[in-house]
Amino acid sequence: MRNALKKLYITLILIFLYAPIVTLIVLSFNKSKTRAKWGGFTGKWYISLFKNDDIMAALGNTLLIAFVSSLVATIIGIIACIAIQAMKKRSRSIVIGITNIPMLNADIVTGISLMLLFITLGIRFGFMTILLAHISFNIPYVILSVLPRFKALNPSTYEAALDLGASPFRAFMKVVFPDILPGVLSGFLMAFTMSLDDFIITHFTKGAGIDTLSTKIYSEVKKGIKPEMYALSSIIFISVLVLLFLVNYMPKENKKGD
Amino acid sequence: MNKKILSAPYLLWSVVFIIIPLLMVFYYGLTDKSGAFTLENILAIATVEHSKALWLAIKLSIESTIICLILAYPLSMILAKLNVNQHSFIVFIFILPMWMNFLLRTLAWQTLLEKTGVINSILKTIGLPGINIINTSGAIILGMVYNFLPFMVLPIYNSLSKIDKNVINAARDLGANGFQTFLKIMLPLSTPGIISGITMVFVPALTTFVISTLLGGSKILLIGNVIEQEFTQTGNWHLGSGLSIVLMIFIIVNMLITAITDKDGEGTML
Amino acid sequence: MKKVIAVLLMASMCMATLMGCGANGGGKQEVYVYNWGEYIDPEVLNQFEEETGIKVIYDEFETNEIMYPKVEAGAAVYDVVCPSDYMISKMIENDLLQKINFDNIPNAKANIGAQYYETAKEYDPTNEYSVPYCWGTVGILYNKTMVDEPIDSWSVLWDEKYKDNILMQDSVRDAFMVALKLNGNSMNSLDEAELNAAKDLLIEQKPLVQAYVIDQVRDKMIGDEAAIGVIYSGEAIYTQRENENLEYVIPKEGTNVWIDSWVIPKNAKNVECAEKFIDFMCRDDIALKNFEYITYSTPNDAAKALIEDEDIRNSEIAFPDLTKYNNLETYVYLGEDGDALYNELWKEVKSK
Repeated sequence: MRNALKKLYITLILIFLYAPIVTLIVLSFNKSKTRAKWGGFTGKWYISLFKNDDIMAALGNTLLIAFVSSLVATIIGIIACIAIQAMKKRSRSIVIGITNIPMLNADIVTGISLMLLFITLGIRFGFMTILLAHISFNIPYVILSVLPRFKALNPSTYEAALDLGASPFRAFMKVVFPDILPGVLSGFLMAFTMSLDDFIITHFTKGAGIDTLSTKIYSEVKKGIKPEMYALSSIIFISVLVLLFLVNYMPKENKKGD
Repeated sequence: MNKKILSAPYLLWSVVFIIIPLLMVFYYGLTDKSGAFTLENILAIATVEHSKALWLAIKLSIESTIICLILAYPLSMILAKLNVNQHSFIVFIFILPMWMNFLLRTLAWQTLLEKTGVINSILKTIGLPGINIINTSGAIILGMVYNFLPFMVLPIYNSLSKIDKNVINAARDLGANGFQTFLKIMLPLSTPGIISGITMVFVPALTTFVISTLLGGSKILLIGNVIEQEFTQTGNWHLGSGLSIVLMIFIIVNMLITAITDKDGEGTML
Repeated sequence: MKKVIAVLLMASMCMATLMGCGANGGGKQEVYVYNWGEYIDPEVLNQFEEETGIKVIYDEFETNEIMYPKVEAGAAVYDVVCPSDYMISKMIENDLLQKINFDNIPNAKANIGAQYYETAKEYDPTNEYSVPYCWGTVGILYNKTMVDEPIDSWSVLWDEKYKDNILMQDSVRDAFMVALKLNGNSMNSLDEAELNAAKDLLIEQKPLVQAYVIDQVRDKMIGDEAAIGVIYSGEAIYTQRENENLEYVIPKEGTNVWIDSWVIPKNAKNVECAEKFIDFMCRDDIALKNFEYITYSTPNDAAKALIEDEDIRNSEIAFPDLTKYNNLETYVYLGEDGDALYNELWKEVKSK
């Protein structure tokens, strides 16, 4: 009885979380151009999607910005972690405090503050401003997922490698990096997801003629979303789902062999 | 080699893209169009429209934070008792919806909740009366809970799954019943997770302008909407910055709470 | 310490090169266009790029009020923008526009009807700054199956019967236009008593309103979500195609006749390309394509003559005979104080 209740509860929450997603996938097969009417089943949006230059450009921008910004954020983040690890307690808590700002601050304030900065510096709004903004809000996610890995690290292995004649960089790559890798990966993934899903900060830092999927969708909201957009989101969602299943179930079998 | 030098790129980055931008908000908020110092933009929060928008935002975000907590805690307890190997899988289930664009997800609720929408059509077919919450504050709360629930579930789940099973067993052996174990062991040990969850939900809910626009039919003005409009429509950046400063007071309080409870500086989010 | 400075210098140099990438390189011709959402046939843009070799960088806005600060701040520099009447006079007054050299835009004088330039004098007195692109009226769109009586007045938007079935415009001027007209005032009123009366009227209406919308009115009316909506005439034709129960009417108290026109901002970088773009838009076959795609009335008489479907050519919605209606007006710019007053009152309405 208790177990049944628990299962029911989890199911209800999952329905709540996934109902809108199912709705969107259903809408992507809607023949009618407006979301207000069901006009029959069609797969045509999945074809016309790839001919729609605007959406393809927005997709390209989104992926490029997400990838580059999480990559740069990961590099800066790892270097920062090494330094933070070596700091005294007081300066460490100051740096962590600064790191927390973009995570705890409201997106709207972060977006506005960056917009004011770029205007003052006279940088033309476009791809670069969005990228800089995304790197900024991505770094904390990397630091917060890598730093605990550093803490768990045994410092003597790194020193042993140095004693055995490895250069600091080599020692880091060979000894430290493998240990922090899971944290690096999850930080990268987190940053990538956040960048992909961000609307508010991009909204304030984007310029003429450049759109990410989020800003493209926001401008379409007013006129009615084009069905191609539903199709694209469904493709992205399904491929991530498949990928996650693969990642989650593949290593398990390997582990059994160990 | 001095490792501290390695902090230079990050510190430089933080100063340029975090500290200076925030100082710019303060500069704009504390000056008028001619550049002279003024408190007018901050005091503008006291006008009827602004204070109402702020009050409404506080009310709705507190309500949705409480609902998130009530939904998330039992859920995390159930999840924490599941097989430990499934940790990453559980995290993914809650992160996964984020891969569907935030705006589209929220917009989908319009399709679900509308008068002639999916839910009402289903209710009608099975002979139940329809619900009418679209374009009300109820729909906004729903949108907030929907979007921010994962931010409540993940930290609570993390802190619960870290509790040593032996502690709970020991309490049981010493004669505590289920409720006592919960009150004396689980709740105190998961408090950091709860607080982290509350801050992760409260701030975005307090400051949103997208959810209220999409699900509130633009009838309900939250403080986020006012600020966004000052920047993108009315063009009064000084007023917009002034109101942002007011908003930051709430955020700073939030940060302090986090800093106090999260002494290790590790963060419980991940 | 020296090391620290060296690292700092290097990092800042890296950032400088990073930022440098944002600038435009090469001599490729391009034109930055800032237009209303869904306000052009995308095919037309492709055709323009093919015929002229000029790359179009296209951006969209939702309301004049959103467009203005972006152009004013100069953070994004556009070569061609398509604002409405009152916003054009505001931009002229604040010295944001440059005079257009009509010699380089032969189609503008040849194809656009003279009467539109006459109307345009209300906001561009010398006809030097703008070239009309689309025009229309604002009226009521209603669902015949959901209302009982024929509708001919703005007062229906205050009828308790239609509680939660009314869609109002979510832009300051249009919302106040409806209230001011219903009270028999000018929609360009600056009289505080009149405006306060209009504000009270809008506050009174708020509980009846289902949502304040801009263009979503289209989808919602098609989907039978609401019975009555305030809508631009151009959208009415599209919605009628999708849902035959919809009817458009210009209320008897009068309404707004608006014109959206192409203008060139003062800080435009590619003026020559901008002129080519505007000239292209004024070509009869292109204007016709746009009309068929966006269904907003075109001031391009040559294009109108090309419309094959007689019903559309004589449609009262697409090309109304304006002499039949009373109290038609065009928005004028109200000055900075006037704008601030309207915004203030609108905020009061919205926060109630």
